Amino acid sequence: MSVLKWVVLTCVLVGYQVQASEDFILLQSTTSTQNSGLYEYLLPGFEKTHGIKVKVVAVGTGQALYNGSRCNGDVVIVHSPEDEKIFVESGYGINPHDLMYNRFVFVGPRSDPVGLKEEHSLQGVINKLGQGLAPFISRGDDSGTHKKELSLWRNENVWSRGDWYLEVGSGMGATLNIAIGLDGYTLTDLGTWLSFSNKSNHEILYSGGAELFNQYGIILVDPEHCPNANIEKANQFLQWMISPEGQQLIARYKINGQQLFFPNAKPKKIQ
Amino acid sequence: MSTLSEAFLQSFQLIFYLDDTLVEVVLLSLSVTFKAVSLACFIGFPLGTALAVLSFPGQKTLVVLFNSFMGLPPVVVGLVVYLILSASGPLGPLGLLYTPAAMIIAQTILVTPIIVAHSRQIIVLLAEEYDETLRSMQATRMDIMCTLLWDSRFSLFTTVLAGLGRAFSEVGAVMIVGGNINHFTRIMTTAIALQTARGDLALALGLGIILLVLTISINALAYWLKSTWERHSYA
Repeated sequence: MSVLKWVVLTCVLVGYQVQASEDFILLQSTTSTQNSGLYEYLLPGFEKTHGIKVKVVAVGTGQALYNGSRCNGDVVIVHSPEDEKIFVESGYGINPHDLMYNRFVFVGPRSDPVGLKEEHSLQGVINKLGQGLAPFISRGDDSGTHKKELSLWRNENVWSRGDWYLEVGSGMGATLNIAIGLDGYTLTDLGTWLSFSNKSNHEILYSGGAELFNQYGIILVDPEHCPNANIEKANQFLQWMISPEGQQLIARYKINGQQLFFPNAKPKKIQ
Repeated sequence: MSTLSEAFLQSFQLIFYLDDTLVEVVLLSLSVTFKAVSLACFIGFPLGTALAVLSFPGQKTLVVLFNSFMGLPPVVVGLVVYLILSASGPLGPLGLLYTPAAMIIAQTILVTPIIVAHSRQIIVLLAEEYDETLRSMQATRMDIMCTLLWDSRFSLFTTVLAGLGRAFSEVGAVMIVGGNINHFTRIMTTAIALQTARGDLALALGLGIILLVLTISINALAYWLKSTWERHSYA
């Protein structure tokens, strides 16, 4: 019995093994780039001209880097410069590049009980939210957006959180759904927000300047750490993404006439 | 228009125009589920029968364990399978992570305890009924197990359906080990999760309606097959 079981199991697995050895690279990516539909717009062109399939696994930045460090991926696209630096310095990644940017924005109910609309400084926004007059929904999932949000509170020394502060431990889309359900506020990247369909009565209430800058980076998994990584093909993908062709395509991706990502490819300085 | 009515409209449109992506996602859902449940039956039926008929040290412990494992949290199973299949994990070299095979493995683990526990329960009852007859015939243990398994085949149908239900509607484990990769490991439930994250609640709900209709169809088909088979066997 048990012999037969293993024979069948092996057959099933081997069957997929053959199928799995096709020409592809695995991209561990942050969710915003997938949820916004960017990959569906970008990838077909690359796959056609280069004959390389790109399989996208979309998770939070923290998990994407973790998966990459465990060699479950060939290339990562994330948005947390600090963590990217650690990733490369720990010997998990090589050839890090800035890829594109957009902004983080605060969204909340149109009625705006906290009064973010009148605020002109990030400091003021943080202070007002910290009064706890309305729920603030935090990603709480170690993602790039979560890291950004935590850094904002820390800078402003508003660390006394009451029950208005809800850490939901979910992706950006799920977090937005919760914020909308609870008539609360949250911090989101612009790409996810613009492509999000369930906006209901929520809108952007504060979009700051340089301090809410959202930089996306692309990094290859280090082949010395992960000998099985498909490094050559992954590098072709990276080179294409930072090439004028890839960068122009990124700039051309729009939803309702609004550009979601702004290309700014250059090698990252890590040291 | 309310999200609910929009959802119905969306699901009708998707079915009516036989949306390519939808067909692909549904076929993969069915294929993963049926393979996982077949494997689980292959392992679970003999194991359930053995636990019902044989008595050996630790048998009771095993029964309790399998009963408890019916409630295994899918996310935990997903994580464990992820770690095992991970490139740096023990089965990493097989390259199975983020493939349909990984999803089948995770679902087999989730479904097998259901098959074992239910079939054991059914066969224990039948074993009591057959006890004297089988003993008078001096049947070997192997004969006993085969007889009991064959004679309870119609009752075991429900067990299979319970397994199918668990596998077909599961999202937590397959999300982690499959990765929800477009055109490759995206199935009904992970597609619903993705559309929810995109805030397209109508499409998400529309897919949910299709999932429900499929589940009902599978159950109806199974019921019809079972009654036809039963009629033929006892006619």
